[in-house]
Amino acid sequence: MGGGAAVTLEGMADLSSAPIPPLAPDDHVEGEGQLTVVYADLGCPHCAAEWGRIRSGGGRIAFRHFPVASKHPRAPALHAAAEAAGRQGAFFAMVDSLYAERGRVDDPHLWERAERLGLDLAAFERDRRSGEIATRVRRDFESGIRAGVTSTPAVFPA
Amino acid sequence: MIEVGEVAPAFTLRNQDGEQVSLSDFAGRKVMLAFYPLDFSPVCSDQLSLYQEVKPEIAARGLELVGVSVDSMWAHKAFQEKLGIDTVLLADFEPKGEVARAYGSYIEGAGVADRTLVLIDEDGKVAWTYESSNPGEFPGANLIFDALDALESAPSVE
Repeated sequence: MGGGAAVTLEGMADLSSAPIPPLAPDDHVEGEGQLTVVYADLGCPHCAAEWGRIRSGGGRIAFRHFPVASKHPRAPALHAAAEAAGRQGAFFAMVDSLYAERGRVDDPHLWERAERLGLDLAAFERDRRSGEIATRVRRDFESGIRAGVTSTPAVFPA
Repeated sequence: MIEVGEVAPAFTLRNQDGEQVSLSDFAGRKVMLAFYPLDFSPVCSDQLSLYQEVKPEIAARGLELVGVSVDSMWAHKAFQEKLGIDTVLLADFEPKGEVARAYGSYIEGAGVADRTLVLIDEDGKVAWTYESSNPGEFPGANLIFDALDALESAPSVE
């Protein structure tokens, strides 16, 4: 089976085992040096606790979306918010914000965070509710499933 | 653990709503039994939450996923609600663990089912099994799709 986003006749993604995909141009990457790919859930307390350590560990970090909505119902909205912030160059800033302060994540709080980051609110709002961003987030989630991710954060050394 | 090729042992257990569910109800369809130790313990919660995220893809492959533990139907109902999942959960409650034992998936002494997956094909035969090497880990959703791929590509056996 190929490692790409294969689609079955029913229009459903192929979710059989595959290694994590190599970095794509729209992956979220920061830092220099040894690459670590992290699949994380923005609603997950374990990820929040680990994020500081991951960030301060140095090296090049790629963040991939892994929201487990049934466990963290607000996670999909947070991932969409991060992705939307990313469209304005503030992906990691939004992720840092969401992990640093986990309690205030309703829509008005997300607008506050976006404003603090100097984002265009109308664009942020439009983007985070778009099907395109939902698809982008789901793409990462499916690649994590295929790679056998069962809990977050899931860290893949290069 | 039950062997591939064996006839899947018949059972009738109550689900979370108190309804009787028998293996024969699935005749002509593929069913995956997911045995797990206990409702509400941390690893179990992640496992069923994760599978819930790919329920559409599982259903599109014509597979029904059913959870089985020694918990009562009442615990199962509360567990479903707490996790926000709709996976059918069967109560292997009385005699305790009898079905798990029949499938070779019961941990004597601990008094709970082992964390295993058993794929039963349309003819009621065990087509694939999985046993976690470590009770603290659970099989990723990718393994379910690998099992389906293997089943669909296997030559039919008389």
